[in-house]
Amino acid sequence: MKRKEIITAFILATFSVVVLSSFILSVDEPVIKGYHVGSEVADINLLNVDNKRISFSDFSDAKGFIVIFTCNKCPYAVASEDRINALDAEFKSKGYPVIAINPNNPEVQPDDTFVLMQQKAKEKGFTFPYLFDESHKVYAQFGAAKTPHVYLLQKEGGKRIVKYIGAIDDNVRKASSVKERFLANAINELLAGKEVSLKETKAIGCSVKV
Amino acid sequence: MIKVVLILGMLFFQTCAEKKVDTIPKEDTISSEKKIAETHSATKIPTLNYKELEPLLNKKNDSVYVVNFWATWCKPCIKEMPSFEKINAEYKTKKVNVILVSLDFPEHLEKQLIPFVEKRKINSEVVLLDDPDANSWIPKVSDNWSGAIPATIIYSNSERKFYERSFTYEELETELKSILNK
Repeated sequence: MKRKEIITAFILATFSVVVLSSFILSVDEPVIKGYHVGSEVADINLLNVDNKRISFSDFSDAKGFIVIFTCNKCPYAVASEDRINALDAEFKSKGYPVIAINPNNPEVQPDDTFVLMQQKAKEKGFTFPYLFDESHKVYAQFGAAKTPHVYLLQKEGGKRIVKYIGAIDDNVRKASSVKERFLANAINELLAGKEVSLKETKAIGCSVKV
Repeated sequence: MIKVVLILGMLFFQTCAEKKVDTIPKEDTISSEKKIAETHSATKIPTLNYKELEPLLNKKNDSVYVVNFWATWCKPCIKEMPSFEKINAEYKTKKVNVILVSLDFPEHLEKQLIPFVEKRKINSEVVLLDDPDANSWIPKVSDNWSGAIPATIIYSNSERKFYERSFTYEELETELKSILNK
């Protein structure tokens, strides 16, 4: 009996060491979480600033979606507001409406309450849904790490497939200095029936606060 | 019984960790640090593009560098800043250099960044990274960086680690030691 106990303890200890060291070592390894290009995206059901709940399936005519994780106060998000309105104006009629989602927890980031989201949408004249990820599940499902963080989805055979992830363009701070419109280029390629050539970009942003 | 084995295991790890601390290199001076001292006295914060910043992320000498990407408006960054300052103070003589890379907008340098650095009496080296095309340089900092701040690199001549997360002092010190002791 005693021997059995020792063996069990030894196995457990070895196991915990292995688990611990793999955890420590994993810090440097690429973290693959959430959707990547090619992933199928599950439907959402989130509260919009107009107090109605919104799902992707509500947009039966859409060819796809421009999903943008953004928030009220992050300077990069604020600097992108006019551009997000412009993207909606340019692409909603072509079948790719903007769906903005605030992933932040207002208990951690008091600037991001639902009421302040409503104010922001009104103040900036948002033409698109601005949804509250109140359970903080959707941002995690997507793997959104920051605001702003863009996911371009395209409907394919009844599924929503990720076609592009990353930045709106190559200058988050200043719209007038933009040289390359990564997201718009990707949508235009989809509209032309082509494959998106630049599928992923990186943008600086405020970490999601949950 | 299980507890005993686990405790023994933990003790083993701790002893290892403590032993390694002894191997920290001795104090030395580096010529490039003169620039840092001058920067402080006048609270002049150099504005760099990524090409100019890159050498600071790739120094080849016997020091360890702790490079933190932050901004004055980034709450988790401000929260963890005292930990970086403490590392800077306590490990300065052990060839550890802290570099705080601000991502504040360049137009806020005078009104926000400099007053912040002065008010908080920041002693670590502070530089402002002004390079709008983040897509071109984020992957150069680390392939694992999504672009969210705070983010931190700890590197030495032989080792480099990247973290997209916040730190307490203890956590940061643990990571620093893991590189110092290699």
